[in-house]
Amino acid sequence: MKNLDSVFAAYMCAWAIFFVFYLTIARRTSALREDIERLKNSQHRSK
Amino acid sequence: MTKNALGALMVVLLLGVAAYASFFIAPTDAKQGLIYRILFLHVASAWTGLTGFFICFIANLLYVWRRQPRWDWLGVSAAETGLVFTTVVLVTGPIWAHPVWGIWWTWDARLTSTFVLWLLYVAYLLLRTLIEEPDRRALLSALFGIFAFVDVPLVFGSIRWWRTQHPQPIIMGEPGSGLDPLMYKVLFFTWFAMLGLLILLLRQRYQLEAMRGDLDMIQRDLETA
Repeated sequence: MKNLDSVFAAYMCAWAIFFVFYLTIARRTSALREDIERLKNSQHRSK
Repeated sequence: MTKNALGALMVVLLLGVAAYASFFIAPTDAKQGLIYRILFLHVASAWTGLTGFFICFIANLLYVWRRQPRWDWLGVSAAETGLVFTTVVLVTGPIWAHPVWGIWWTWDARLTSTFVLWLLYVAYLLLRTLIEEPDRRALLSALFGIFAFVDVPLVFGSIRWWRTQHPQPIIMGEPGSGLDPLMYKVLFFTWFAMLGLLILLLRQRYQLEAMRGDLDMIQRDLETA
Protein backbone atom coordinates (compact mmCIF):
# COMPACT_ATOMS: atom_id res chain seq x y z
CA MET A 1 0.00 0.00 0.00
CA LYS A 2 2.92 2.34 -0.77
CA ASN A 3 1.86 5.92 -1.68
CA LEU A 4 -1.73 5.39 -0.54
CA ASP A 5 -1.51 8.74 1.30
CA SER A 6 -0.57 10.55 -1.96
CA VAL A 7 -3.47 8.96 -3.87
CA PHE A 8 -5.84 9.84 -1.01
CA ALA A 9 -4.51 13.44 -0.90
CA ALA A 10 -4.96 13.87 -4.67
CA TYR A 11 -8.58 12.66 -4.57
CA MET A 12 -9.42 14.73 -1.47
CA CYS A 13 -7.90 17.91 -2.97
CA ALA A 14 -9.81 17.41 -6.23
CA TRP A 15 -13.19 16.87 -4.57
CA ALA A 16 -12.55 19.78 -2.20
CA ILE A 17 -11.85 22.10 -5.17
CA PHE A 18 -15.04 21.00 -6.97
CA PHE A 19 -17.11 21.29 -3.79
CA VAL A 20 -15.79 24.77 -2.92
CA PHE A 21 -16.53 25.93 -6.49
CA TYR A 22 -20.08 24.57 -6.25
CA LEU A 23 -20.55 26.37 -2.90
CA THR A 24 -19.25 29.69 -4.29
CA ILE A 25 -21.74 29.47 -7.18
CA ALA A 26 -24.59 28.77 -4.74
CA ARG A 27 -23.50 31.63 -2.45
CA ARG A 28 -23.13 34.12 -5.34
CA THR A 29 -26.52 33.06 -6.75
CA SER A 30 -28.36 33.63 -3.49
CA ALA A 31 -26.65 37.02 -2.95
CA LEU A 32 -27.58 38.07 -6.50
CA ARG A 33 -31.18 36.89 -6.04
CA GLU A 34 -31.46 39.12 -2.97
CA ASP A 35 -30.05 42.09 -4.92
CA ILE A 36 -32.52 41.54 -7.77
CA GLU A 37 -35.45 41.36 -5.32
CA ARG A 38 -34.30 44.54 -3.59
CA LEU A 39 -33.93 46.41 -6.88
CA LYS A 40 -37.28 45.15 -8.18
CA ASN A 41 -38.94 46.45 -5.03
CA SER A 42 -37.33 49.86 -5.39
CA GLN A 43 -38.32 49.86 -9.09
CA HIS A 44 -41.99 49.26 -8.11
CA ARG A 45 -41.81 51.97 -5.46
CA SER A 46 -40.38 54.51 -7.93
CA LYS A 47 -43.28 53.77 -10.34
CA MET B 1 -37.56 15.78 -6.96
CA THR B 2 -36.51 18.66 -9.25
CA LYS B 3 -34.66 18.14 -12.54
CA ASN B 4 -31.54 19.87 -11.13
CA ALA B 5 -31.41 17.67 -8.03
CA LEU B 6 -31.90 14.55 -10.14
CA GLY B 7 -29.07 15.63 -12.47
CA ALA B 8 -26.77 16.31 -9.50
CA LEU B 9 -27.59 12.91 -7.99
CA MET B 10 -26.82 11.19 -11.31
CA VAL B 11 -23.44 12.96 -11.55
CA VAL B 12 -22.51 12.09 -7.95
CA LEU B 13 -23.46 8.47 -8.66
CA LEU B 14 -21.37 8.40 -11.86
CA LEU B 15 -18.38 9.93 -10.05
CA GLY B 16 -18.74 7.37 -7.26
CA VAL B 17 -18.74 4.49 -9.77
CA ALA B 18 -15.74 6.07 -11.56
CA ALA B 19 -13.79 6.33 -8.26
CA TYR B 20 -14.66 2.71 -7.42
CA ALA B 21 -13.51 1.57 -10.89
CA SER B 22 -10.28 3.58 -10.56
CA PHE B 23 -9.39 1.87 -7.28
CA PHE B 24 -10.84 -1.63 -7.58
CA ILE B 25 -11.44 -2.51 -11.26
CA ALA B 26 -8.43 -1.01 -13.08
CA PRO B 27 -5.40 -3.31 -12.77
CA THR B 28 -2.37 -2.14 -10.77
CA ASP B 29 0.49 -0.71 -12.84
CA ALA B 30 3.57 -2.95 -12.78
CA LYS B 31 6.06 -0.03 -12.59
CA GLN B 32 4.30 2.63 -10.49
CA GLY B 33 2.01 0.53 -8.30
CA LEU B 34 -0.84 2.26 -6.49
CA ILE B 35 0.22 5.88 -7.23
CA TYR B 36 -0.62 5.57 -10.96
CA ARG B 37 -4.35 5.53 -9.98
CA ILE B 38 -4.12 9.34 -9.81
CA LEU B 39 -3.99 9.10 -13.64
CA PHE B 40 -7.76 8.58 -13.89
CA LEU B 41 -8.50 11.77 -11.96
CA HIS B 42 -5.61 13.81 -13.43
CA VAL B 43 -6.06 12.94 -17.12
CA ALA B 44 -9.89 13.01 -17.05
CA SER B 45 -9.78 16.45 -15.34
CA ALA B 46 -7.32 17.69 -17.98
CA TRP B 47 -9.54 16.55 -20.88
CA THR B 48 -12.61 18.02 -19.19
CA GLY B 49 -10.84 21.34 -18.54
CA LEU B 50 -9.82 21.55 -22.21
CA THR B 51 -13.44 20.75 -23.18
CA GLY B 52 -14.51 23.71 -21.00
CA PHE B 53 -12.02 26.01 -22.75
CA PHE B 54 -13.20 24.75 -26.14
CA ILE B 55 -16.81 25.64 -25.22
CA CYS B 56 -15.54 29.06 -24.09
CA PHE B 57 -13.73 29.51 -27.44
CA ILE B 58 -16.85 28.64 -29.47
CA ALA B 59 -19.00 30.95 -27.28
CA ASN B 60 -16.44 33.77 -27.75
CA LEU B 61 -16.50 33.35 -31.54
CA LEU B 62 -20.30 33.33 -31.51
CA TYR B 63 -20.38 36.48 -29.38
CA VAL B 64 -18.07 38.34 -31.76
CA TRP B 65 -20.25 37.21 -34.68
CA ARG B 66 -23.77 37.58 -33.22
CA ARG B 67 -23.28 40.01 -30.28
CA GLN B 68 -25.91 38.20 -28.17
CA PRO B 69 -25.38 38.36 -24.37
CA ARG B 70 -26.09 34.65 -23.93
CA TRP B 71 -22.80 33.78 -25.72
CA ASP B 72 -20.93 36.07 -23.35
CA TRP B 73 -22.62 34.36 -20.39
CA LEU B 74 -21.70 30.93 -21.76
CA GLY B 75 -18.11 32.08 -22.46
CA VAL B 76 -17.40 33.28 -18.93
CA SER B 77 -19.18 30.28 -17.37
CA ALA B 78 -17.14 27.82 -19.45
CA ALA B 79 -13.89 29.71 -18.74
CA GLU B 80 -14.44 29.61 -14.99
CA THR B 81 -15.50 25.95 -15.01
CA GLY B 82 -12.57 24.96 -17.25
CA LEU B 83 -10.26 26.82 -14.90
CA VAL B 84 -11.51 24.78 -11.92
CA PHE B 85 -10.75 21.50 -13.74
CA THR B 86 -7.31 22.81 -14.78
CA THR B 87 -6.64 23.76 -11.14
CA VAL B 88 -7.35 20.13 -10.22
CA VAL B 89 -4.81 19.07 -12.89
CA LEU B 90 -2.16 21.44 -11.52
CA VAL B 91 -2.75 20.22 -7.95
CA THR B 92 -2.94 16.46 -8.61
CA GLY B 93 0.03 16.51 -11.03
CA PRO B 94 2.68 17.45 -8.42
CA ILE B 95 1.13 15.03 -5.86
CA TRP B 96 1.68 12.27 -8.46
CA ALA B 97 5.05 13.60 -9.65
CA HIS B 98 6.76 13.78 -6.26
CA PRO B 99 6.92 10.02 -5.49
CA VAL B 100 7.55 9.10 -9.15
CA TRP B 101 10.00 11.79 -10.38
CA GLY B 102 11.41 12.83 -7.00
CA ILE B 103 10.39 16.46 -7.68
CA TRP B 104 7.11 18.35 -7.32
CA TRP B 105 7.46 20.47 -10.45
CA THR B 106 9.69 21.09 -13.45
CA TRP B 107 9.46 23.78 -16.13
CA ASP B 108 9.11 21.38 -19.08
CA ALA B 109 6.95 22.17 -22.12
CA ARG B 110 3.79 20.36 -20.93
CA LEU B 111 3.78 21.66 -17.37
CA THR B 112 4.71 25.20 -18.40
CA SER B 113 2.15 25.42 -21.23
CA THR B 114 -0.56 24.12 -18.86
CA PHE B 115 0.40 26.67 -16.20
CA VAL B 116 0.38 29.43 -18.84
CA LEU B 117 -3.08 28.24 -19.94
CA TRP B 118 -4.28 28.52 -16.33
CA LEU B 119 -2.82 32.05 -16.07
CA LEU B 120 -4.43 33.10 -19.37
CA TYR B 121 -7.91 32.15 -18.17
CA VAL B 122 -7.30 33.81 -14.78
CA ALA B 123 -6.39 36.94 -16.81
CA TYR B 124 -9.61 36.49 -18.85
CA LEU B 125 -11.68 36.55 -15.63
CA LEU B 126 -9.68 39.47 -14.18
CA LEU B 127 -10.14 41.47 -17.39
CA ARG B 128 -13.91 41.19 -16.97
CA THR B 129 -13.75 42.76 -13.51
CA LEU B 130 -11.91 45.81 -14.91
CA ILE B 131 -14.52 46.85 -17.51
CA GLU B 132 -17.88 48.14 -16.27
CA GLU B 133 -19.77 48.70 -19.52
CA PRO B 134 -21.39 45.27 -20.32
CA ASP B 135 -21.11 45.34 -24.15
CA ARG B 136 -17.51 46.51 -24.12
CA ARG B 137 -16.64 43.95 -21.41
CA ALA B 138 -18.23 41.15 -23.43
CA LEU B 139 -16.46 42.08 -26.68
CA LEU B 140 -13.00 42.61 -25.19
CA SER B 141 -13.15 39.44 -23.11
CA ALA B 142 -14.40 37.44 -26.13
CA LEU B 143 -11.42 38.67 -28.17
CA PHE B 144 -9.04 37.86 -25.31
CA GLY B 145 -10.69 34.41 -24.92
CA ILE B 146 -10.09 33.64 -28.61
CA PHE B 147 -6.43 34.60 -28.15
CA ALA B 148 -6.12 32.53 -24.93
CA PHE B 149 -7.36 29.40 -26.70
CA VAL B 150 -4.22 29.47 -28.91
CA ASP B 151 -2.40 27.85 -25.95
CA VAL B 152 -4.66 24.76 -26.01
CA PRO B 153 -3.04 23.19 -29.15
CA LEU B 154 0.35 23.96 -27.55
CA VAL B 155 -0.65 22.00 -24.42
CA PHE B 156 -1.86 19.13 -26.61
CA GLY B 157 1.24 19.10 -28.82
CA SER B 158 3.87 19.81 -26.16
CA ILE B 159 4.51 16.15 -25.31
CA ARG B 160 4.53 15.22 -29.01
CA TRP B 161 6.82 18.00 -30.29
CA TRP B 162 9.35 18.32 -27.45
CA ARG B 163 11.20 16.03 -25.03
CA THR B 164 9.54 16.45 -21.65
CA GLN B 165 9.72 15.13 -18.11
CA HIS B 166 5.97 14.59 -18.42
CA PRO B 167 5.12 11.12 -19.84
CA GLN B 168 4.46 10.67 -23.56
CA PRO B 169 0.82 10.66 -24.81
CA ILE B 170 -1.41 7.69 -23.98
CA ILE B 171 -3.82 8.58 -26.80
CA MET B 172 -2.60 9.05 -30.38
CA GLY B 173 0.97 8.47 -29.23
CA GLU B 174 3.83 6.54 -30.80
CA PRO B 175 3.52 2.77 -31.52
CA GLY B 176 3.93 0.79 -28.30
CA SER B 177 2.66 3.63 -26.11
CA GLY B 178 -0.70 3.54 -24.34
CA LEU B 179 -2.53 1.73 -21.58
CA ASP B 180 -3.99 -1.66 -20.77
CA PRO B 181 -7.48 -1.98 -22.44
CA LEU B 182 -9.21 -2.14 -19.04
CA MET B 183 -7.38 1.01 -17.91
CA TYR B 184 -8.64 2.76 -21.06
CA LYS B 185 -12.23 1.74 -20.23
CA VAL B 186 -11.92 3.12 -16.69
CA LEU B 187 -10.27 6.31 -17.97
CA PHE B 188 -13.01 6.97 -20.55
CA PHE B 189 -15.72 6.21 -17.99
CA THR B 190 -14.10 8.69 -15.55
CA TRP B 191 -13.97 11.29 -18.33
CA PHE B 192 -17.67 10.65 -19.03
CA ALA B 193 -18.47 11.20 -15.33
CA MET B 194 -16.33 14.37 -15.29
CA LEU B 195 -18.18 15.67 -18.36
CA GLY B 196 -21.39 15.18 -16.36
CA LEU B 197 -19.85 17.29 -13.58
CA LEU B 198 -18.78 19.92 -16.15
CA ILE B 199 -22.35 20.17 -17.49
CA LEU B 200 -23.77 20.42 -13.96
CA LEU B 201 -21.34 23.18 -12.89
CA LEU B 202 -21.60 24.99 -16.24
CA ARG B 203 -25.41 25.05 -15.99
CA GLN B 204 -25.34 26.50 -12.48
CA ARG B 205 -22.71 29.06 -13.44
CA TYR B 206 -24.64 30.06 -16.59
CA GLN B 207 -27.80 30.65 -14.55
CA LEU B 208 -25.78 32.92 -12.25
CA GLU B 209 -24.47 34.92 -15.21
CA ALA B 210 -27.96 35.20 -16.73
CA MET B 211 -29.20 36.59 -13.39
CA ARG B 212 -26.34 39.09 -13.46
CA GLY B 213 -27.58 40.17 -16.92
CA ASP B 214 -31.08 40.72 -15.45
CA LEU B 215 -29.58 42.75 -12.62
CA ASP B 216 -27.69 44.98 -15.11
CA MET B 217 -30.95 45.56 -17.00
CA ILE B 218 -32.90 46.52 -13.86
CA GLN B 219 -30.09 48.84 -12.78
CA ARG B 220 -30.11 50.54 -16.20
CA ASP B 221 -33.92 50.93 -16.01
CA LEU B 222 -33.61 52.52 -12.58
CA GLU B 223 -30.90 54.90 -13.76
CA THR B 224 -32.94 56.06 -16.75
CA ALA B 225 -36.20 56.36 -14.71
